[in-house]
Amino acid sequence: MALPQVKQDATAARLDGITLPQGASWASHARKNALSRVNAMGLPHRRDEYWKFTDPVTLVQPDAPKAAVFQQDEAPLFEDVDRVKVVFVDGVFDAAQSSDLVAEGLEIERLADALATDIHWAKDLYGVLETRGQMPVARPLAALNTATATDGVVIRATGKAQKPVSLIYLHQNETSDAVIHNVIRVEAGAEVTLLETGPAAARFSKVLEVDVADGGKFHHVRAQGRDHERRAVTHCFARIDSGSLFKSFTLTVNGSLTRNECVIEIVGDEAIAHVAGACVGDGKDFHHDDTVFVTHDAVNCESRQVFKKVLRNGAVGVFQGKILVKEGAQKTDGYQISQSLLLDGDSQFLAKPELEIYADDVACSHGSTSGAIDETALFYLRSRGIDHTTATNLLTLAFLAEALEEIEDDVLAGALQDQLEGWLARRS
Amino acid sequence: MLEIKNLAVDLEEEDKSILKGVDLTIEPGKVHAIMGPNGSGKSTLSYVLSGKGGYEVTGGSATLDGADLLDMEPEERAAAGLFLAFQYPVEIPGVGNMTFLRTAMNAQRKARGEEELSAGDFLKLVREKAKTLKIDADMLKRPVNVGFSGGEKKRNEILQMAMLEPRMCVLDETDSGLDVDAMKLVAEGVNALRSEGRSFLVITHYQRLLDHIQPDVVHIMAEGRIVKSGGPELALEVENNGYADILAEVA
Ligand SMILES: Nc1ncnc2c1ncn2[C@@H]1O[C@H](COP(=O)(O)OP(=O)(O)OP(=O)(O)O)[C@@H](O)[C@H]1O
Ligand SMILES: [Mg+2]
Repeated sequence: MALPQVKQDATAARLDGITLPQGASWASHARKNALSRVNAMGLPHRRDEYWKFTDPVTLVQPDAPKAAVFQQDEAPLFEDVDRVKVVFVDGVFDAAQSSDLVAEGLEIERLADALATDIHWAKDLYGVLETRGQMPVARPLAALNTATATDGVVIRATGKAQKPVSLIYLHQNETSDAVIHNVIRVEAGAEVTLLETGPAAARFSKVLEVDVADGGKFHHVRAQGRDHERRAVTHCFARIDSGSLFKSFTLTVNGSLTRNECVIEIVGDEAIAHVAGACVGDGKDFHHDDTVFVTHDAVNCESRQVFKKVLRNGAVGVFQGKILVKEGAQKTDGYQISQSLLLDGDSQFLAKPELEIYADDVACSHGSTSGAIDETALFYLRSRGIDHTTATNLLTLAFLAEALEEIEDDVLAGALQDQLEGWLARRS
Repeated sequence: MLEIKNLAVDLEEEDKSILKGVDLTIEPGKVHAIMGPNGSGKSTLSYVLSGKGGYEVTGGSATLDGADLLDMEPEERAAAGLFLAFQYPVEIPGVGNMTFLRTAMNAQRKARGEEELSAGDFLKLVREKAKTLKIDADMLKRPVNVGFSGGEKKRNEILQMAMLEPRMCVLDETDSGLDVDAMKLVAEGVNALRSEGRSFLVITHYQRLLDHIQPDVVHIMAEGRIVKSGGPELALEVENNGYADILAEVA
């Protein structure tokens, strides 16, 4: 099918403005392949089935829309956590601010350095998991990332990692257009925690490819930074094998446009995948979109999607989540919940929950709700002397609790809880 | 202490009058009981006093130590010393009982210009009060009223009352759903709080509670009015003969 002219034009205009990575590398093939896929798919348009609720125009246009740099007035997240810091400023690795990239149980490299080698294990994953994640739903912005990325990290966990790897994305330039591509391989029985924080750039495109081998464990905790005007499109492509665990949690406060896609393929038996998110949005310039696709292709596996959004003053939240249970994926336990708390009548939550099941012995459930603060609970709290604002904040945090509970580590969970409380306090 | 004069209340949503001129004065240190048929307006009175939305006051007044209750936010009424033990305590998933209690206590203290309680002192106090009400530590850790049995919810109301030490306590059917032992515990909890400066308004259907909490005055409410008041013997009369005679007599 020929691409509509508007798509061809938009795609050509965008590619025009990009200098493609030069020089031979083990990634050349993946990049070339990705570029031709971008041309074939075309960049997203509002009329595409999975972009109906979110207009991709600012993600597609050649130049990043300007985004003011936000002056933080609170301590950076995870300061007290012993971690390997990997700092990127507007999408470029900053060695001076980063730690030595060494920790027991881990091999960590800057992507740019890995690309300079002749052969690399990452070749089996770079653009590979992304390609697998393009079916049945096209994700052209991820392919564009694969075609153009030059920075990021590649991490191999060979044992239980001694400390988390913390990717810190700083935003310093008002018009930066950053592209980051991270590749992670968790070897059989290994375990690692990946932290990601910060707004990254005026416009940020990020792809994370994660391969978890038998019995491996991958924990992901992310907070997307407080810059109000930044835009981001992020993709996580995960493939998880027998007996493995994949857990991802994202907190989003602020940001003008966020599209977080998470595509998980469960290929081994008895594996567990949880993906969760909490977002709090204030104002009509806040638009947050979680788009999730979990494929069960093995028996006895469990997946959970837990997404909670608090929206006020015209903020918009989107959830598009799918559980696909393939033929033979018996004893699948799939759960999906997406809920919004609308603090006023101007805010909007748009949800598209989907289940597609080709196995007969499965237990899958999904639910989506949208509601206001529970007036009865609010009155109960106030009748005990708690003022209206404090009571509302208590109920708001309570609403988000189910998502935050997905974070296993109490210290990390506490840090995000503090950030949420700070956000609420600033708006009280 | 509490002075209600000719209080008239409509539902906000529909044009329906619920309270049709309630008069009630409670002196400091006294225990008053209200009995009355289902739907006569007892809970409505307690809600209007504590500031629940959905009601429109169309006439009359309610004051606590001279201060106009009806003009205050619910939290201000609480800080002024009013407490309502709910007929149906509310479940609040995601808010821990301890967080709730501590936030409430400190909010009231702050509103009254008192210092906040330290975490340690708070914990000690809660444990001590919970113990006398036979509320175990596990219940304290759970979200507010979530998964509590009917009786546990009622005991939790009394725990809150014991912690907050209000001066004017309104108990709406705190005895219903309680087994005999729990009823005794609750009554003991209430009696322990009885003092010269503290008054109670006890709404109940049963004489049994009033055996444990001796009231000074008993009122009968019917169709949005207090139709008869008397001593404890009035409760006995209701227990034995129901409301028919009393209602016929005042009609
Ligand atoms: N929000 C409401 N919407 C509709 N009707 C209401 C509402 N609140 C109270 N009422 C009505 O007002 C009347 C008084 O109710 P209320 O709950 O005060 O009675 P009560 O005396 O406490 O009864 P009970 O002994 O059964 O607890 C009832 O007829 C009830 O249906
Ligand atoms: Mg009632």
